[in-house]
Amino acid sequence: MDHFPTNWGRPRNDAFDAYGTYPIHQRPVNDTFTDGVQRTQHPIVTGTSVLAIKYKDGIMMAADNLASYGSLARFKDVQRLHPVGDHTVIGAGGDMSDFQYIQRLLDELVTDEFAAQDGHTLGPVEIHEYLSQVMYARRSKIDPLWNSLVIGGFKNGKSFLSYVDLLGTTYTASTIATGYGAYIAQPLLRTAVEGFEETLTEEQAFKILENSMRVLFYRDARSINKYQTATITEKGVTISESRHLETSWSFAEGIRGYGPQTQ
Amino acid sequence: MFRNTYDSDNTVFSPQGRLHQVEYALEAVKQGSAAVGLRSKTHSILLALKRSTGELASYQQKMFRIDDHVGIAIAGLTSDARVLSNFMRQQAMSSRMLFNRPVPVNRLVSSIADKAQVNTQEYGRRPYGVGFLVIGQDQTGPHLYEFSPSGNSYEYYAMSIGARSQSARTYLEKYYEEFADCSLEKLIQHGLHALRETLQQDKELTIHNTSIGIVGPSSEHETGIAPVGPFRILEGEKVQVFLSSMIPKATAEGEAAQPPPPAAAAGDQDVQMAE
Repeated sequence: MDHFPTNWGRPRNDAFDAYGTYPIHQRPVNDTFTDGVQRTQHPIVTGTSVLAIKYKDGIMMAADNLASYGSLARFKDVQRLHPVGDHTVIGAGGDMSDFQYIQRLLDELVTDEFAAQDGHTLGPVEIHEYLSQVMYARRSKIDPLWNSLVIGGFKNGKSFLSYVDLLGTTYTASTIATGYGAYIAQPLLRTAVEGFEETLTEEQAFKILENSMRVLFYRDARSINKYQTATITEKGVTISESRHLETSWSFAEGIRGYGPQTQ
Repeated sequence: MFRNTYDSDNTVFSPQGRLHQVEYALEAVKQGSAAVGLRSKTHSILLALKRSTGELASYQQKMFRIDDHVGIAIAGLTSDARVLSNFMRQQAMSSRMLFNRPVPVNRLVSSIADKAQVNTQEYGRRPYGVGFLVIGQDQTGPHLYEFSPSGNSYEYYAMSIGARSQSARTYLEKYYEEFADCSLEKLIQHGLHALRETLQQDKELTIHNTSIGIVGPSSEHETGIAPVGPFRILEGEKVQVFLSSMIPKATAEGEAAQPPPPAAAAGDQDVQMAE
């Protein structure tokens, strides 16, 4: 895009080729429209990890409230957990504007489903399939929605937990962590949850997630100590108010070998 | 031929407030051979009478599978039915692709009813000349719907469409309260009795002219049916066992329950039963 107003509406010299320098078939393709179509090349305002686990009553999910602008902690009150209908929550990492677009798509879907008033509702399985198709279609246009999404839900006595990302890759598991959490928190979640999906209580599940969020806050430079949790059970969806992580940094004094210390 | 001043254009009301072209389209449905549909708590079934143009011709297909969980029986213009059933199949596939969900039956029926309604209102179009009975099962259980060219769709306990279908409806109205708790075999028997009512004097139900469509768990006479009970069409030899289960008409009407004397049965030319 040419941002200089006096050039607007005129043939640009380099596009016009006033002196017939090139034979027509070799003329460089460089007109006003070459920059007209833009695709997402990289995310701009980003959210970091989303964590989710299965427990006795359903699914519990956690994500912090930060949307970063590069390394700048730009927005500190962003909700990254979004309810979809009465049985599902999606959590998003990656580009927050793309996430807002996805929220709009899903809200429209839920409204249409509600308007039908025929006793049929979308559950987590349907939402998962829809999102995987949308994400894969967009990556196939080489214009992906730059997110990794966690879909958690509980419907008809069955809990459901799955992952979809910007490539359209999908999987289901009893613990899911996206972004930095996939490296730091996922092993912690697996140790605590796998094999205990049917026995973990809500309190235990919360402790596991809280602890993992704390570890992430210590290790992940794009995270913040303010987060929300969502539970999806037989009773429906609840998304908590923002919670504060208690952390202790006294150990930092003892660290030697890098940083500003002189000895 | 019956003529009317207000029937050359389907977008024009008659002074009586009627759309004659739409009513003629409903007549086209009545020209088609009959189809009957019934529903119980566990099953929905269709029964249809196939016609052939003569000794040398095959019987015209009356039932179509839309998806694993939905099927239709048609009465009227077969070519119009193929257009609509193709559309229904696309809707069904789209629902499976987008949401991994079998399309809810009521939405499928509403979608073709909406298509049909447009044809009753826009200039330069004609209504579809075909009616459907649609059976299917979804999260809310088994269903039976009627679709008609006027753009209406209704859900029923039992319904019949096509030629002489009023006789079948009379039968269904007499027995419909039993249907909810019927076994599949008994439901099919009721269906065949209703379909029998639509026959002309010298005709009978045979394995050649009878189609049975089912959604719901397998009957004791079927093999290899998945537990969910996908839509299937029974034709030919597979229909025989159900035809044999029919009660001869004289006793079905509530007269003497014991089999009539052989001489009297041979003398009854009104309806001939398959043995």
